Amino acid sequence: MIRTPAIDWLTLAPSLALLAATIASLMAAVLVPERRRRNVSWFFCLAGYAGAFAAAAILFDRSPHSRGVIANALFRDRYGALAAMIVAGVGLLTTLVYYGERSTVDRVGERFALLASAGGGMILFAQSANLLTLFLGLEWLSISLYVLCALERERPEAIEAGFKYLIVGGFSSAILVFGAAFVYGATGTLNLAQIAGKAPSGDLFLITGLAMILVGFAFKASAAPFHTWTPDVYQGAATPVSGFMAGATKAVALLVALRVLSVSFSAQEHLWTSAAAALAVTSLVVGNLAALAQRDLKRMLAYSSISHAGFLLFAITAASSLGTRALLYYLIPYGAASVGVFALAALHERELGEPATLDNLAGFGWRRPLSGIALWIFMLSFAGFPLTGGFVGKVYLFAAAYRSGWTWLLIVGAVATLVSLGYYLAVVRAIYMRPEPGEKAAAKEEPPLLDRMLSTAVFAAVIVTVGSFFAVQPLIDLAKHAASQLPL
Amino acid sequence: MLTTALICLPLLGALSVFLLPGPRMWVGSLALFFSLAELALWVSSLIRFDFGSARIQFEQQHSWISDLGISYHVGLFGFSLWLVGLTVVVMTAAIAYGLWSGRERANAYYALMLLLLAAIVGVFTAQDLILFYVAYEAMMIPLYVLIGVWGGAGRLRATFKFVAYTMAGSLLMFATIVIYGLSHGFDLATAQQSGSVWLFLGFAAAFAVKAPLFPLHGWLADAYRESPPEVAALLSGVISKVAVFGFLRIALTQFPGPTHDLRSLMLALSAVGLVYGSLLAFRAPDIRGVVAYSSLAQMSLIGLGVFAQNELSLSGSVLQMVNHGLVSAALFLLAGVIELRTSTGALSRLGGMARGRPILASLIISIGVISLAVPGSNAFAGEFLILAGVFQQGWGWAIPGLVAMVLAAMYMLRLVSALLHREVGEAVTKKAPDVLLPELCVIGALLGCMLALSVWPAAISKHSFACLSQPPVTSAGISSQSKAQVGLACVPRAGSTTATTTGTAK
Repeated sequence: MIRTPAIDWLTLAPSLALLAATIASLMAAVLVPERRRRNVSWFFCLAGYAGAFAAAAILFDRSPHSRGVIANALFRDRYGALAAMIVAGVGLLTTLVYYGERSTVDRVGERFALLASAGGGMILFAQSANLLTLFLGLEWLSISLYVLCALERERPEAIEAGFKYLIVGGFSSAILVFGAAFVYGATGTLNLAQIAGKAPSGDLFLITGLAMILVGFAFKASAAPFHTWTPDVYQGAATPVSGFMAGATKAVALLVALRVLSVSFSAQEHLWTSAAAALAVTSLVVGNLAALAQRDLKRMLAYSSISHAGFLLFAITAASSLGTRALLYYLIPYGAASVGVFALAALHERELGEPATLDNLAGFGWRRPLSGIALWIFMLSFAGFPLTGGFVGKVYLFAAAYRSGWTWLLIVGAVATLVSLGYYLAVVRAIYMRPEPGEKAAAKEEPPLLDRMLSTAVFAAVIVTVGSFFAVQPLIDLAKHAASQLPL
Repeated sequence: MLTTALICLPLLGALSVFLLPGPRMWVGSLALFFSLAELALWVSSLIRFDFGSARIQFEQQHSWISDLGISYHVGLFGFSLWLVGLTVVVMTAAIAYGLWSGRERANAYYALMLLLLAAIVGVFTAQDLILFYVAYEAMMIPLYVLIGVWGGAGRLRATFKFVAYTMAGSLLMFATIVIYGLSHGFDLATAQQSGSVWLFLGFAAAFAVKAPLFPLHGWLADAYRESPPEVAALLSGVISKVAVFGFLRIALTQFPGPTHDLRSLMLALSAVGLVYGSLLAFRAPDIRGVVAYSSLAQMSLIGLGVFAQNELSLSGSVLQMVNHGLVSAALFLLAGVIELRTSTGALSRLGGMARGRPILASLIISIGVISLAVPGSNAFAGEFLILAGVFQQGWGWAIPGLVAMVLAAMYMLRLVSALLHREVGEAVTKKAPDVLLPELCVIGALLGCMLALSVWPAAISKHSFACLSQPPVTSAGISSQSKAQVGLACVPRAGSTTATTTGTAK
């Protein structure tokens, strides 16, 4: 008889919930009659994310100490559990937004199955405790997302997005796995916790492996100069999916990067902090300057997400417990605002039947007062303005960078924020201050279509974005518990 | 609790005004009601305020971002009470004016005005650096939209300049606050003083843009010209005072060393701004240009007083802040009144408006005369105190002040005669009415405040720095250096428990 390792089902529960949702949605796509197919698949996906969130919350509560489970393949800890909660929360909102997304062909079952599957992969990725499960989780989430991007194959942009994402993503996965091989060669182990100390800290193979793993993460987090796929993919993919990628994929990539770097490569800290600082500055420069030139809303948001990768990399640069807390904190309002803003872009697209641009957003804020305010709030949160959680996150990140001695990063960050106002406020200017084109204003007098699901998601996103400014303490406690389990 | 109520009442008002359906008049009246309630709340805090004590009053403190030692800490002390009062009075006038002139999209408009009120009160009451920054930035959110949506034809350009200038300053201040707070403490009452010139400059740059001081005033004219008149009144009347408040509360009290080292630079910038602003005001082609550049000059004069840093000049600065707030608000509202009748502010197309419009003429002349600091007026008291204090600092610095007083008479009289006298301008029609009753109520109320302060300027100048009013002020005996110390000790910074000792120690 083969000896199987003891299985900790609670650790697996969040990803299993989503895996079950995936299978159920797929079965629904085949078995349920066509007119009810969308509702049933959607419901399974939503239930999967809700279940994953609940399971992750329980896991968080019951994992006061970090330990490896299932033959050290996964970590059972609060860090992973909080990451799973962020992913599940973003996924839950995305599912709500995705419900009303029109599609010319009937592939609604598959779309929800893939969305649930991507979330499951992300959670496994976030919990992984050795380089093999890490790669497994990465591929699971990536393949789901490749297909999700290309799902609307009638639109050439969607095909382009999926194809581009596949090529670049596959390339980056290859680099990461190559790096893992180098690390294995240098240390003889794939276990994250055992890599540290197995090889001399200046070992050439180990450092090459570290660099390649870092590049792999930078691709997934869309940090410059590994960002080139981002604008095209965000623009081409279905709008709710773009929001999911901005809010969840990036979060998970950065969280896992910080975990791998701090657990396995603590001896090379001086190397990867400098590398993270360089990536941060490059991302801030590239993301902000390129975003200024965009007219297409989704493309602009893609570049904005690159610049956010830059800010988030401050936390990795800081390499401290405060930095970890800052990263976890920042991701909460950032994830909510990302889903929210793409939801509003989707709303606008469905109304107009064409991509949202700064020009056709004119008058949006007056036509839809509440959505306008929501969009305004998300923009302010992205820009790190007070009265939104983005501000607290930015205070945290800046404080972490300063505490670890990276004072000059604060100046870069301040200048980058100033530049970023140029495009965030351009949205506010578009929705409130530009006159609506006359003939369109007359033609658009039909009653606005109300999408309850989408409104709920936007409302929830606003609550999280604004709430994380006022009710700071509970979130700090969450981040504190999670961050204390990383060896920083 | 009272301080929190002062911040939260307008927020509550903003929310209810935004959500209330109904005709424009109802919405505006509700907003006016909230601002009047805020005024009543301020009066009640004024009555209960203990001017003899140097401690922070109506204090409230709650943990906020506990991880970094940042708290929600608010309270009032000496001059911040007066500045809150100025804010509430000018805002009430502005909302009343907006109600009268019937702004479009009333719900959004009044909600933003009340949000702005809450933010400004927050700036003046915040006792924590991050909270201060939150309120400071929160002002920008409504201001940006107020100018950008309800402003004049060139509003987009004006908002761009305004945001670019002020945010450049304040984001630098944000980085500075994080550095300063982590090394010296975020709570203003307990934070240690710092000797770092760079940190001082980080704060000073933000305030110098907002005030504005001389080389950083590029945004001023556009923003003041393109805003709706009541927003321009707020910008020059109240929001510029936020910057001086920042200088007094943070830059001077937390950085005594750098302030001392850079005093000559700041005095020089103020002096240049004073003369330069007065000259620009003299040749500005429109009403708002004159008022805008006179505002630059006045803020520079206040800057002179602040950086001369002795008891006379500091008390004078606070008095003059309130004076200038009232005067420039009234002038901008008058500019709005005139533009409403003639749809232009260009002086070349105006003139002869005094004929048949006695109330307009009386208002313009009395406010203009107060503005040029005629003896007996509140502005005279303020400017006299400032110049007397500056004179102690070094008589050379008082010369630009004297020059500017002459220039002030010149540009103000030019404005008065261009509006009221000479031949009737092409834009002035026979039908353009005199000041109507609602306008008279609003501007008359502001004028009433000025007259009250003319009668009793010591209400503010003697009640701004608690420890100054306690010992008999003998200006002859103390050297200017130790008097600077007196002035600084009057800003509560040693915590509410120990602040009383600073007063008695002198």
